[in-house]
Amino acid sequence: MTRPRPRTPESESETRNPTGGGATAMRLIVPLQGVVQGRGGLILGSLIPCALFYFFQLYLKRHRSPKPGSNPTSPSQSSSNLSDLQRSSSRSNLSSRGSIGPVQVSSRASSIAKPNDSPYYIGLDRVSGDPYDRLDNPNGIIQLGLSENRLCFDLIEKWLSENTKDSVMGRDGADLSIGGIAPYQPSDGLMEFKVAMAGFMSQVMGRAVSFDPSQMVLTAGATPALEILCFCLADPGNAFLVPTPYYPGFDRDMRWRTGVELIPVHCRSTDNFIISITALDQAFNQTRKRGIKVRGILISNPSNPVGNLLPRETLYNLLDFAREKNIHIVSDEIFAGSMYGSEEFVSMAEILDMEDIDKNRIHIVYGLSKDLALPGFRVGVIYSFNESVLVAAKKLTRFSSISAPTQRLLISMVSDTRFIQEYIETNKKRIREMHDLFVEGLKQLGIKCAQSCAGLYCWADMSGLISFYSEKGELELWDKLLNIAKINVTPGSACHCIEPGWFRCCFTTLSQEDVVIVIERIRKVAETCKISS
Amino acid sequence: MALNKNQQLLSKIATNDRHGENSPYFDGWKAYDKNPYHPIDNREGVIQMGLAENQLCFDLIQKWIRGNPKASICTAEGVHEFKNIAIFQDYHGFKEFRQAVANFMGKARGGRVTFDPDRIVMSGGATGANETVMFCLANPGDAFLVPSPCYPAFDRDCGWRTGVQLIPVNCDSSNNFLITKAALEAAYERAQQDNINVKGLILANPSNPLGTVLDRDTLRSLVSFINEKKIHLVSDEIYAASVFSTPSFVSVSEIIEEMECDRDLIHIVYSLSKDMGLPGFRIGIVYSYNDAVVNCGRKMSSFGLVSSQTQHLLASMLSDDEFVDNFLKENSERLAKRHSLFTKGLEKVGITCLKSNAGLFVWMDLRRLLKEQTLESEMTLWRVIINEVKLNVSPGSSFHCSEPGWFRVCFANMDDVTVEVALERIRVFVEKQQVKNVTVEVALERIRVFVEKQQVKSKRKFQSNLKLSFTSRKYDESVMSPHMMSPRSPLVQART
Repeated sequence: MTRPRPRTPESESETRNPTGGGATAMRLIVPLQGVVQGRGGLILGSLIPCALFYFFQLYLKRHRSPKPGSNPTSPSQSSSNLSDLQRSSSRSNLSSRGSIGPVQVSSRASSIAKPNDSPYYIGLDRVSGDPYDRLDNPNGIIQLGLSENRLCFDLIEKWLSENTKDSVMGRDGADLSIGGIAPYQPSDGLMEFKVAMAGFMSQVMGRAVSFDPSQMVLTAGATPALEILCFCLADPGNAFLVPTPYYPGFDRDMRWRTGVELIPVHCRSTDNFIISITALDQAFNQTRKRGIKVRGILISNPSNPVGNLLPRETLYNLLDFAREKNIHIVSDEIFAGSMYGSEEFVSMAEILDMEDIDKNRIHIVYGLSKDLALPGFRVGVIYSFNESVLVAAKKLTRFSSISAPTQRLLISMVSDTRFIQEYIETNKKRIREMHDLFVEGLKQLGIKCAQSCAGLYCWADMSGLISFYSEKGELELWDKLLNIAKINVTPGSACHCIEPGWFRCCFTTLSQEDVVIVIERIRKVAETCKISS
Repeated sequence: MALNKNQQLLSKIATNDRHGENSPYFDGWKAYDKNPYHPIDNREGVIQMGLAENQLCFDLIQKWIRGNPKASICTAEGVHEFKNIAIFQDYHGFKEFRQAVANFMGKARGGRVTFDPDRIVMSGGATGANETVMFCLANPGDAFLVPSPCYPAFDRDCGWRTGVQLIPVNCDSSNNFLITKAALEAAYERAQQDNINVKGLILANPSNPLGTVLDRDTLRSLVSFINEKKIHLVSDEIYAASVFSTPSFVSVSEIIEEMECDRDLIHIVYSLSKDMGLPGFRIGIVYSYNDAVVNCGRKMSSFGLVSSQTQHLLASMLSDDEFVDNFLKENSERLAKRHSLFTKGLEKVGITCLKSNAGLFVWMDLRRLLKEQTLESEMTLWRVIINEVKLNVSPGSSFHCSEPGWFRVCFANMDDVTVEVALERIRVFVEKQQVKNVTVEVALERIRVFVEKQQVKSKRKFQSNLKLSFTSRKYDESVMSPHMMSPRSPLVQART
């Protein structure tokens, strides 16, 4: 696996405690051992102290949890602040639960401590507590950690006001009525919406790729789409190979409830973080040696967090590899329309359109959260060529269907091809402008970014600013950026990047004036870093 | 690659049967899907009475949505709010939405309890809510006790992806399907003996499929049971506001106010699919008194988040007190009316139902129409009802009912005319059954007359002849026994 997870101060104090207790115990036991050894021989002499030591440790363990900070008299008190999602809340919660009796929640619930350990989530929580606002909170934290696109709402609002309806039910006397939104609908999405989404996806992919609505399953966002695919393709304990750096949310989406492992396959800056088949093969063999079954490869293309595209050649190689090992490929193409470079984006679907073989192992994930900037509407797509996966996935969408009024609202918008064309083009142009502005600003501070041409972020190399070339150094800088510069970026370690010092910065939530402020804030931290190093 | 090789590449979840869609409950749906009834286009089609959907108050909701165009944000009035709504993807949900749902939950329980908006956790329908609770409370292989008959899809919702197993606690008609502590204890003991780790008890109150509400004493005994065993109680209260006559609904949230109880063990599942008749909106709610479950469930919300547009719409709708109060009142009145129309219609043809006052269905007693009191016989009758009577009702076996002959019939997902059509079909069916039996009946009647005459004769002759009357009674019994297991035989009741 990758580097060890960062420890919060709380957990450090917790782990230090038993060793302290152990040392006291040794002071007591060593002379005791001498006494016993003198008379009772070797076996007795080692057995008794060992047992004593064991029980003493047990005693310490039992009495440990109330010590570090948490209040022993009211254990549930510490966890009552639900909205307060600070890094230690879930953990202190669990340790206090452990001390009052048998653990009653599931081990799955206990593992909630994990996702929140990641600086990715810690940062997001910090921003929600103190968000920057030019007028109301100019000293707040600026959000660069969430890949959200706020550049084109004016276009959508304009469309809505021109195509205005009386309500989600359409005009009086129109076909749509309360009967079209209130009752049970097919859980895998309305057919009209699938047709509209298929058209939208073809348009976004920009080339002659066609999508068949009958191969489509709609879910409440890409998050459940990924989880449903994972539930379909792998059993608990199986694994997916994932090129790093990868989207921090994959750990939650693919691993948490499914019990499936994600095996990082490291990519290097020297290759501009493009996956190599050699590394993939190596990871596959190592995983197999550990007795773990590899069920597939999970890629994001365009890549999140790097923002580069997988070349056509690499896609063919991946297909060959998957065929050779008889495993699946899940291709997350959620940023397919958020392009700003001149390179061509090649969807897995396009490769399969031409190669008429072996489609059963390919599954594409898409959604409207990025390319149409509607994350609140929760629209995700599973596009698969595997009939059995589609059948199972359809049944699984009962747990995460899209709200019918939202589907109705989107059908007409997404099917308006002229509007969509205009939207895609303007969106690309605006992302490019923001990208150029942001990257140029970083460049002036001596910070270079990886070559990229898609996504709502750039992948910045700040290794020149870190004091130790390690994860520790990276997290120190991240902490400074969060607490001193007051900007929330995502450190490479949260994306399982093997090279320290890389940060993902999302720029599409900013205005051009904000960019100036952000660069200025980074400059201040960068200067202190240079002085101290 | 060959397809079967690919099949092997799929997970157990994708290939196993725990989605439950191969059960008769879903077969009935398929029969309906193939040939759905339509009052003009397909008058011979199957009438859907297997779907617990409430369409009685659509007009009220429609009127509200039309009257409040701002709330749907895709209108000229609401468009300026579009931006903030569309971008919102926080798994806590809008504060206004949680507040409005908490208020509504309180109102649905007669205002006797209040709910804390910070404990409202969103989920993809009650389906997702039940699964979320299970993910939070139990590990694969752990078990939950379920009083049966129970909602058929509990198996799927609670067990499919979580790996949790459900252990039925059998209830029967001898005490009107009451859940007794003895039955719970017995099921718990059995599970212990089989080395199964029981993590809790899940039940629907008001009950689906029975349409009854749990009385206060039963609830208290349930709460004390789970407290003694230190196991969880998941109370699925999605029909809380679909109670239409006395006794009124008592929520577990009221009970825990009245008695000593470890609140960490109490979890409520709620939804707007039944009480508001909005299943298309996919609103499921987990309301837990356990902080760890709230915390964990909230993170799991990401897998079944409610669309922000829909949250916004409902936040405005449910905050409209006047609308909500009127809706709740009107809804229960209309349900009461429909329930009475339907049950009275059934009574006319001699069919009784378990006495109920909640839900969108009745628990119909067709035990006397079974050839034998077995589950096979129940399935035979059910097939006749689907294929010949063309009604999709759900057999008791799909609700894990141990006693054959009960059927759940939904009555709120259609208009009055369709109800009449359904009742007419049932009447014709029951009469046909009688015609089939008419030869037997005529023969029986003749025999009776004959025997009576004989008795009169012999009485005259010997004043008292025990032997003859004894044989006649024996004769009666042997003729009638196949059809007369229950006192409410069609032969007896149809005559009146």
